[in-house]
Amino acid sequence: MRQLATILSNRLIATATMEMKIEIPPQTVAPGTFFHVKTSELLRRPLSVANVDGNVVTFLYKVIGSGTSDLAARRKGDVLDVLGPLGNGFPLEQTGKRVVLVGGGIGVPPLYYTRRMLAARGIETIAILGFDTKTSIFYEEAFRELGETMITTVDGSYGEQGFVTGPLARVDADVLFSCGPEPMLKAVAASHIEERYLSIENRMGCGIGACFACVCEAPGGYVKVCSDGPVFRAEEVTL
Amino acid sequence: MRLHVDLPGLQLKNPIMPASGCFGFGEEFAKLYDLSMLGGIMIKAATGESRFGNGTPRVAETAQGMLNAIGLQNPGVEAIIEDKLPFLSTFDTEIIANVAGSTPEEYIHVARELSADPTIKALELNISCPNVKCGGMQFGTDPEMAAELTRLVKAASTKPVYVKLSPNVTSITAMAKAVEAAGADGITMINTLVGMRIDVTTGQPILANRIGGLSGPAIKPVAIRMVYEVAQAVDIPIIGMGGVRTVDDVLEFIYAGASAVAVGTANFENPYVCQEIIEALPGRLDELGIDHILDIRGKAYEQIVSRA
Repeated sequence: MRQLATILSNRLIATATMEMKIEIPPQTVAPGTFFHVKTSELLRRPLSVANVDGNVVTFLYKVIGSGTSDLAARRKGDVLDVLGPLGNGFPLEQTGKRVVLVGGGIGVPPLYYTRRMLAARGIETIAILGFDTKTSIFYEEAFRELGETMITTVDGSYGEQGFVTGPLARVDADVLFSCGPEPMLKAVAASHIEERYLSIENRMGCGIGACFACVCEAPGGYVKVCSDGPVFRAEEVTL
Repeated sequence: MRLHVDLPGLQLKNPIMPASGCFGFGEEFAKLYDLSMLGGIMIKAATGESRFGNGTPRVAETAQGMLNAIGLQNPGVEAIIEDKLPFLSTFDTEIIANVAGSTPEEYIHVARELSADPTIKALELNISCPNVKCGGMQFGTDPEMAAELTRLVKAASTKPVYVKLSPNVTSITAMAKAVEAAGADGITMINTLVGMRIDVTTGQPILANRIGGLSGPAIKPVAIRMVYEVAQAVDIPIIGMGGVRTVDDVLEFIYAGASAVAVGTANFENPYVCQEIIEALPGRLDELGIDHILDIRGKAYEQIVSRA
């Protein structure tokens, strides 16, 4: 489960947003799962999987603190200590249904790999991606190649001004897959789409379900984000 | 046999065990390596009833350390005995149960239930958790209260009782002597140091519980000093812990006077850390010219007459 991966590239693709590609031995990586990545800091950092292409796994991460700053300083050829893939991803068995993918900010990346895998199964998808501003946007073209894609920016500098909930209200779909900041997840959890799946983020300790750091309230108790999730049905969690 | 350590109730094939709260009930780590290679396992604290614990965030990183305020989340003693111990009993390793509570009656109940289970070889009396409002550390910072609780739990338990000491006291030796006099079979030390971090964008503590327990490499020197002092003050054995992540950290604790060593936060950084330390121990003992691991126990305070 722990692997030493070689970094193939690590570059800035939008404001404070890095794209890192690593090479790992061949293995199955489900969309919506994550890798727990060792940095210079004590605790690992959970990074969602933005793409998998053969032996190459892509992470997108926002540079926020000391751990992600350390990651941003890594160079091609450096070795990265990763644990994973961990957790449970989005359910891909959606044949015959229409899936809307709703992502916000650094919650967008796992939806790209998910969309690719849904497309490979012939499942129709619509993407709604929300960003703060024009310079924060990434992967727009890559998303457009896979189907209808709507972009919103909070400041209106690109696409539709406002939040993802604007376009979402006009969308006709059977299933919703979402990942993004908690206020956004709360809003999309209350949307009109019948089946809703949310990918939850939380500060993690072990990443494998042992330490109870990343729990999330749930009807009748709690769930562990790292090992029960990070993807849950909207009804399974209390946000 | 050079790693074998005999302690009250515990026949450890090596002196390495994961610390309570950092290893759950072993299920997650059993997927990564064979738990039978461990000297023992200190399982997550049990209380009388199930507890949800504190709000999130429950962890905050610090320089070379981690603050946590989980709040003794656990399914309760009955569920642990029914759902967790059967799995643990399948491994050839010594299981030590961590006993917690809010009242003396709760501690007694939990200790009685757990000690009666054949899977449990010893109890670890948790009087040092800083993250619960009632009980926990409040029993562990007053020598008389700690001694009284030790007496009650000893009377309720059919297995040896190790008392887990809090470092958040003026005199750690006074605490150690008090629990020894009350009948403790051993001491485990140290639990976390109470700390806080504040988010400068909000001006508020990062942890939902506001305060939490500091663990990780940052606290190791404090733990070593405390083990060094307590080992000279009591005659019962010590299981040392606090910031252990390497084989040399283990040797430091044993030089300071510990008979075995627990690994906590390092399991989060590297889930294979206990396995790696155990595998590295014999080679490191060879390099340092040490025959049996306990040959060095307490040598940091015993005068060394000659060194080859």
